[in-house]
Amino acid sequence: MLAKRIIPCLDVKDGRTVKGTNFVNLRDAGDIVELSSRYCEQGADELVFLDITASSDNRSTRCEWVKSVSRAINIPFTVGGGISSIKDVELLLACGADKISINSAALSRPRLIDELSYAFGAQCVVVAVDARKEEDGQWYTYVKGGRCRTDVKLYDWVKEACDRGAGEILFTSMDNDGTHSGYALEPLSVITSMVDVPVIASGGAGSLDHFYEAFAAGGAQAALAAGLFHYGQLTIPQVKKYLSEKGIEVRL
Amino acid sequence: MKIVIIDYGAGNVYSVMTAIERLGYKAVLSSDKNEICTADKVIFPGVGQASSALAELKNRGLDKVLPTLKVPVLGICLGMQMMCAHSQEGGGAEGLGIFPMTVRRFVGEEKIPHMGWNDIYGLSSPIMEGVSEGKVYFVHSYYVEVDDRYTIAHCDYMGKFSAAIKRDNFYGVQFHPEKSAAVGEKMIKNFLEL
Repeated sequence: MLAKRIIPCLDVKDGRTVKGTNFVNLRDAGDIVELSSRYCEQGADELVFLDITASSDNRSTRCEWVKSVSRAINIPFTVGGGISSIKDVELLLACGADKISINSAALSRPRLIDELSYAFGAQCVVVAVDARKEEDGQWYTYVKGGRCRTDVKLYDWVKEACDRGAGEILFTSMDNDGTHSGYALEPLSVITSMVDVPVIASGGAGSLDHFYEAFAAGGAQAALAAGLFHYGQLTIPQVKKYLSEKGIEVRL
Repeated sequence: MKIVIIDYGAGNVYSVMTAIERLGYKAVLSSDKNEICTADKVIFPGVGQASSALAELKNRGLDKVLPTLKVPVLGICLGMQMMCAHSQEGGGAEGLGIFPMTVRRFVGEEKIPHMGWNDIYGLSSPIMEGVSEGKVYFVHSYYVEVDDRYTIAHCDYMGKFSAAIKRDNFYGVQFHPEKSAAVGEKMIKNFLEL
């Protein structure tokens, strides 16, 4: 049976991970390769790297660390952050990334999804969507790392992204992100029942039960967490053992 | 040992190369016919779309070379699918015909692509030696139908399909052994040691 995936997310800046971790025996807590290897050994099903480097000369740095990660781990990984062209994607895939995720660039030019999906196949195009519920009760998408609201409604955008060839949706509720109060189950379940592609739940994981809910109530195919794993509140084996006991199929 | 990864502009060659290096071997990436014909092991990778990948292969004249090889050949994902007779992808495309099966699109209630870790079972053939039934990493929207003459590993997703196939010196795996943790590494090692 296809397993539900547990995905640690690493924020990268200038070739180093940004958030600290509690992996005490690491030589350097910021080292991307060591962190990736550690998560890989712990049984992570996939890794997501979000490159938040703002500088424009980022490409060559990024290529280097992506290659290092690819040499070190034997599970799939996705790279996102500032990707806006076929050339960007070509380079990342050549460096060993399995999937790329796009966000702001797709919202400002939706045709990018069609182009990437045609050129590289839908399976490597993850459309990341950051959204928040506004006063009118509707969910709206945000761009630029959550700094700017758009007029595009969440569900409309997710549907359009899939129609254009997205292979996976990474949905982050900004309302829940960092709160450790659980994933936003309501929009999550709307999205998972609306689209045909896999959906990654993101934002809000704080307990074992939150992972269970993302799958059982939210219908997600994968659950992503960052701080929770980095700071060691929960480990991947703990999460997977819990899910397995609750009857959720995982890779142990 | 000379290991050649066929270069036709396909995506995931770097990860295949590094997986081989982790096992202590070296591989070269090439689209040169002489290089390919003098290899001891040939890996035919693939990520992307069947009809455009087949067109690239034909551009380089490799569609004629591949079926004539006598050494072990391993097609991965789209590489495996292209070794089949026919694919429904992109409005239909003729494959290399090494295997007579058709490549079909998943139809049903589950999410497509079939993405993530799923169980393979009914394992046979030397490349599966010492590999126990368990989960490997898949990512694909099209699958190779089961043919008992050639299927050496099964998987279930909206029905049964070929997770791995073999005909003489030709092997194909639908999953990504280079991304399937220790299980996948063992299969690559088995292949390299054939």
